[in-house]
Amino acid sequence: MSLFEKFHSIQQAREEILKSGINPFHLTIEKINSATEGVINGRATILVGTNNYLGLTFHPDCIQAGQEALAHEGTGTTGSRMANGSFSSHSDLERAIEDFYGMPHAIVFSTGYQANLGVLSALAGPGDTLLIDGDSHASIYDGCRLGGAEVLRFKHNDVTDLDKKLRRLGDRSRRTLIIVEGIYSMLGDRAPLKEIVAVKQQYGATLVVDEAHSLGVLGKQGRGLAEEADVEDGVDCIVGTFSKSLGSTGGFGVSIHPEFELIRYTSRPYIFTASPCPSVVASTKVALRIMRETPQLRQQLWENAQTLYDGLEKIGYTLGAEVGPVIAAMIPTKEQALAMWQGLLEQGIYVNLMIPPATPNGESLLRCSVSAAHTPKQLETIIQSFSNVHSSLKEHAPSLQT
Amino acid sequence: MMTYAEILPQLVETLKPYAKKVGHPKETTDLVSELGLDSLQVMQVLLKIEDQFDISIPLNNLPNIRTVKDLGQEIEQLLKA
Repeated sequence: MSLFEKFHSIQQAREEILKSGINPFHLTIEKINSATEGVINGRATILVGTNNYLGLTFHPDCIQAGQEALAHEGTGTTGSRMANGSFSSHSDLERAIEDFYGMPHAIVFSTGYQANLGVLSALAGPGDTLLIDGDSHASIYDGCRLGGAEVLRFKHNDVTDLDKKLRRLGDRSRRTLIIVEGIYSMLGDRAPLKEIVAVKQQYGATLVVDEAHSLGVLGKQGRGLAEEADVEDGVDCIVGTFSKSLGSTGGFGVSIHPEFELIRYTSRPYIFTASPCPSVVASTKVALRIMRETPQLRQQLWENAQTLYDGLEKIGYTLGAEVGPVIAAMIPTKEQALAMWQGLLEQGIYVNLMIPPATPNGESLLRCSVSAAHTPKQLETIIQSFSNVHSSLKEHAPSLQT
Repeated sequence: MMTYAEILPQLVETLKPYAKKVGHPKETTDLVSELGLDSLQVMQVLLKIEDQFDISIPLNNLPNIRTVKDLGQEIEQLLKA
């Protein structure tokens, strides 16, 4: 077997999808006009699959901060902070994150993916145990592999199973790092964090919460699920990303433990990569300030989420259990999901097509991510388009009938 | 402590509902290519086995588990630990 033969099954699966005449693999947004509008296949399109929860990508203050940083600090840092040194803006952003979370030690990474790789691989090494939710994001799985710790998985959001796994570890539970997510990216459900913190404390384990999709979304101040569940004191470390509610790129880890600072000397994804470029750091810092000063954005986001959830539910879609900015419509088959995704695109609506094996429980999903920037008119158009594709497919697919 | 010989029949019983393609799983049956388990079914069956034997199977060990025998030996090792 040659090195490349292993790609044949992927090629086959890809061709199977392309036979339908639909190509979801090479979608290009030809023009981006705002946080919620672009042009795809020459057609004006409402974007409902961007994770741009607060709609800050086109905020004039963020753009201005980015432009000024470009002019004064250049286009890039051309190396890692360990080798080339930090720009003061990197440290400023870390102080801003510490202030926001009320935790004394923050580290900025170049992407959210690297934040998980960097934090998890540094915290848990050989001899330690990582205990992760079964529906964890790929960056959590990859971070686990990088560190060389033993990796165990508990059933998604199942605190009884988590408890069982900690009990089986015996004394090793004290050298165990539990990792959960504030909002799970596919179905938009939340971790039962209060119960998880209680179990973690019972066994003396350590807890990391990935707030990638919940930063700016949950909690009175927007600090995420830990704030909303009122368990911030029980969380050892939070990781997150700037690429969703803060509208840029990059990631961070922030912790109550002073030793967290030493990750800078051991974390390969921190040491061996170029640091975030100045314009990104500058726009992120301003976005964080805007997020803190404008709770109305979060309120608008939730109003929009409720509107879209209610609208889709009324049509007859089966949705993820919780109302939230991630709204996943579960479609009975992959073929139907493909056809509906294409149908939506032809009506000028872009959502995320999620099909197995990238989805939990082998579901096929049309995943929407709502933004505070979606207007009532846009939401109405989105719901109407979902209604249209639902009606057109229902004739051919009795299982869609509700 | 259970031995491999005691574990095997129990393991085969647990795997039977997943073995529609081969009927009765044998020691040499390949869990993926012969039982035809997809990644979701692998997770489901592993969770069931974990509860059945009160063990936790590390993800790190999964690449070395290809057959029913491999899985039985892994269970034996974890029960010994």
